[in-house]
Amino acid sequence: MPSLSSDDVTRVARLARLGLSEAEAERALTDLSAILTLVDAMAGVETSGVEPLSNPLDATQVLRPDEVTEVDARTTLMANAPAQADGLFLVPRVVE
Amino acid sequence: MQYEAVIGLEVHVQLATASKIFSGAATTFGAEPNRQASAIDLGLPGVLPVPNQAAFEMAVKFGLAIGAEIGRHSAFDRKNYFYPDLPKGYQISQFDHPIVKQGQVTLVLESGEEKCIRVTRAHLEEDAGKSIHDAYAGMTGVDLNRAGTALLEIVSEPDLRSAKEAVAYLKIIHSIIRYLGISDGNMAEGSMRCDCNVSIRPAGSETLGTRTEIKNVNSFRFVERAINSEIARQIEVIEDGGRVIQETRLYDPDRDETRSMRSKEEANDYRYFPDPDLLPVELDDAFIEACRATLPELPNARKVRYVAEYGITEYDASVLVADRDIADYFEAVANHSGQGKLAANWVMGNVLSELNQTDGSIADFPVQPADLTALIGRITDQTLNSKTAKTVFEGLMQREGSVDAIIAARGLVQVTDQGAIEALVDSVLAQNPEQVANYRAAPEEKRGKMLGFFVGQTMKASQGKANPQQVNAVLLAKLQSED
Amino acid sequence: MSDLNALSLVAQMDGLATGAFSATELVQAHLDAVDRHDALNAFITVTADLALDTAAQADAARVRGEASPLAGIPIAHKDLFCTEGVLTTCGSRMLENFVAPYDAEVVRRCQAAGFSMLGKLNLDEFAMGSSNENSAFGPVRNPWDRSRVPGGSSGGSAAAVAARLTPLATATDTGGSIRQPAAFTGTCGLKPTYGRVSRWGMVAYASSLDQGGLIARSAEDLAIGLAVIAGHDAKDSTSSREVVPNYRAALNSPCQGLRIGLPSAFFDARMSDAMRQALETVKQTLTALGAELIEVELPHLTHAIPAYYVIAPAEASSNLSRFDGVRFGHRVADPQDLTDLYTRSRGEGFGSEVKRRILIGTYALSEGYYDAYYKKAQQIRRLIKQDFLQAFTQCDLLLGPTTPGTAFAIGAKQDDPVAMYLEDIYTVATNLAGLPGGSFPAGLLDGLPVGYQLMAPHFAEARILQVAHHVQQVTAWHQLQPEGL
Repeated sequence: MPSLSSDDVTRVARLARLGLSEAEAERALTDLSAILTLVDAMAGVETSGVEPLSNPLDATQVLRPDEVTEVDARTTLMANAPAQADGLFLVPRVVE
Repeated sequence: MQYEAVIGLEVHVQLATASKIFSGAATTFGAEPNRQASAIDLGLPGVLPVPNQAAFEMAVKFGLAIGAEIGRHSAFDRKNYFYPDLPKGYQISQFDHPIVKQGQVTLVLESGEEKCIRVTRAHLEEDAGKSIHDAYAGMTGVDLNRAGTALLEIVSEPDLRSAKEAVAYLKIIHSIIRYLGISDGNMAEGSMRCDCNVSIRPAGSETLGTRTEIKNVNSFRFVERAINSEIARQIEVIEDGGRVIQETRLYDPDRDETRSMRSKEEANDYRYFPDPDLLPVELDDAFIEACRATLPELPNARKVRYVAEYGITEYDASVLVADRDIADYFEAVANHSGQGKLAANWVMGNVLSELNQTDGSIADFPVQPADLTALIGRITDQTLNSKTAKTVFEGLMQREGSVDAIIAARGLVQVTDQGAIEALVDSVLAQNPEQVANYRAAPEEKRGKMLGFFVGQTMKASQGKANPQQVNAVLLAKLQSED
Repeated sequence: MSDLNALSLVAQMDGLATGAFSATELVQAHLDAVDRHDALNAFITVTADLALDTAAQADAARVRGEASPLAGIPIAHKDLFCTEGVLTTCGSRMLENFVAPYDAEVVRRCQAAGFSMLGKLNLDEFAMGSSNENSAFGPVRNPWDRSRVPGGSSGGSAAAVAARLTPLATATDTGGSIRQPAAFTGTCGLKPTYGRVSRWGMVAYASSLDQGGLIARSAEDLAIGLAVIAGHDAKDSTSSREVVPNYRAALNSPCQGLRIGLPSAFFDARMSDAMRQALETVKQTLTALGAELIEVELPHLTHAIPAYYVIAPAEASSNLSRFDGVRFGHRVADPQDLTDLYTRSRGEGFGSEVKRRILIGTYALSEGYYDAYYKKAQQIRRLIKQDFLQAFTQCDLLLGPTTPGTAFAIGAKQDDPVAMYLEDIYTVATNLAGLPGGSFPAGLLDGLPVGYQLMAPHFAEARILQVAHHVQQVTAWHQLQPEGL
């Protein structure tokens, strides 16, 4: 694997919408590089033809009957909202 | 240079499930903000999704209707991006293993030629919420009632070559989902939305040009206009020596143009991966066959049957079958009246044109199948002629009562009494001596046209009630006998 | 009756049943202990009034003869489990004011069984860590040596049980977060099979690895607790329909003839002599109980740490996207625009380890890296699972160390994430394979507890508890307690 650059850290932090101070970004470069060195050891493992395992039990999904089971609980569910008005969550204006 | 457009559509259809795809919240349209958003729909910490079986049944029905292979092994993935209407920061969708694999639909082009459009895939996913932009100063409101509504995203191959073809394809998809009862297909309410992928290339070329995606076009008319304006824009860009760039665009119907949505353009890295909260869905034969057993007669089969059973043209049949409710309406009238062609003419000429003008639904239409059947009965028994029949139809539209009640109230019984008609004709001929003389002086081949004048005058004198065939015969006889 | 809190859960049940003491006395004794040991920082929230109310109800029910056997027994929940009406912080500044509108299924079941909730336990932020130093509410201290970590992420659970603040604590284990702190504090910790316990209301770190479990002071106490929390839950698609056996009844099945595998990769040159010696004593005890010890191979085990540190952060990066300052959680005071709202709310709300894992996970899933990292790790995961299934054709259980060493000093590994990650070297493989694993005390090394680990085939928790229970009948390791309680 190519080594990590500070541009990579910036790109990834942006994708993750994660604000990092300059010091944090520098530190992240060091730490992430070390972690990638650790995980790059995987590259040597022969895995051709091995089906990836997403769920440890290899189980299958059970489907739910189409029934309305929820009642309106807006007041309770929105009680933790940092900014709201008229039953809407508020965010800084979104321009489309 | 001649250009050819290459178009593919991504159609999002809201499935008509009672509850959401991953939660037990209701899906009714138009509720107050966030009153139909459960903890799962809001993506609160610790909640988990459980998929709705009805969504799978509806998707499978669609797959069967377009002759597609059903994904017996389907799985959900997460599409990761941040947006206020996407509560979890990811959308649960199907990326690698969709529920419906390749299928196809057939279009009838204006030329009458048939064209096969391949459907690449259709997959299940959850809808996002809605942003409300103008109500709060500097702020956007977020309503998550729609979040988690089951969507079927139907992706076509880029097999479409014009805006008209795109609309025809969209109408067929609309028709199929309505027949299957898996969605109300209401574009105005967003139950069916369309993204259009458009590129152009020199006519005859086999390579694909760079495409743009026009997001969220919400009516058939706008789909046609948006695609046409985008094709024109791309041609202009290329003719000016520029390059089309791959991007997402929005159609502005007021200006009839598309514009770039740069705000959403940055960093399109969705980091798809299998959703670890959900397990692969395995559908067996029994499940698929149970879905197949509930399939109704689909538009194409119905069209073929109408041509055979009612002797109507293929074009008329295709118009009548497009909407399941209209087709049911027509079939009721045709079967009860025993007059397929007449029923087809009335449904297409009167019922559909009224519906189009008022944007109404057939269920609330004032003239129900029993009324139209009665009306046709009064035409075939010669109580009404075509003109008085129209008057009765108008009466029915005004909800003035039954067909016979309107005929009586408006005094529209057709005059078939030979003596009465002869009297009417005599008085018309007496009032127009000049025209009578001209007619009689005219050569045979010109008389046909001239006869129309006398028919018109006589019908007018009868207030439209005289039997036109009888009027015709009496006129001919009288005009000729006194030559 | 000031030492009621020192009784095991079984002894507490007996005392309540015979009327030796009331639930109110029992709960009060624990609340007093919680107060006395405030400096351990094991609790984030103490719900004294609620606990006493429930205890009073239990006492009243017992008078009427309607009390369940567990009514009024104290319990405390890792603060990763949602509790309706009570703060659920996940150890994060992001959720410092978050009150869940629902109970986690585990919490609901404990309540239905009659437990009295004492409060919510400290943890590494969002369960990410191996030392409990990554909590926005400060580190938890190890009752055996307060300058040392209790392990993590369920550090509060382990410290509270070790210090006799509660007989039973819920905990979660994504890569060792129950077993490692149990080993560091001389307690018993069980991570059940993936899917055995509902994840509903348990705030997700890495969904395909997370599993709720318990920390207690004996295998028998764990068996009683597991019977309460195990079982299918329709709200969790990944929860299993496998029948829940009678764990307590199975404790006394004989160990004679059980084959216990010793993975050579666990007993390799990296193991310290002291650890080897501690495990030697465990092996001798097992042999004396009639078990047969055999060597087994787990060829891909060495790749478990790399695979884990791709899969867990990848899932975490997505699971933690919902913390965006819109519907709940920390939000910056004056967001300039939407991006600012997101980046600063998340930047301020998350601690450094959480950020590190979000970054690494985002990177591993990003375009161009998915196959090399995420897909590769999931392939290795299958190989590791196959290794285990193969080993279990030769043996009934696996034995190994829980940790490379004993509890380390607070701050010792804080600057070296990789060194911290290697703490999980003996525990992550079972999470990758979805297997149950338990850590049980094996005595002290230089005055600090050390644990041994038992791993079993899927849904064979009973076998782990049975063997540990037999060991606990002939040894006193699990009864050792820190000084100064």
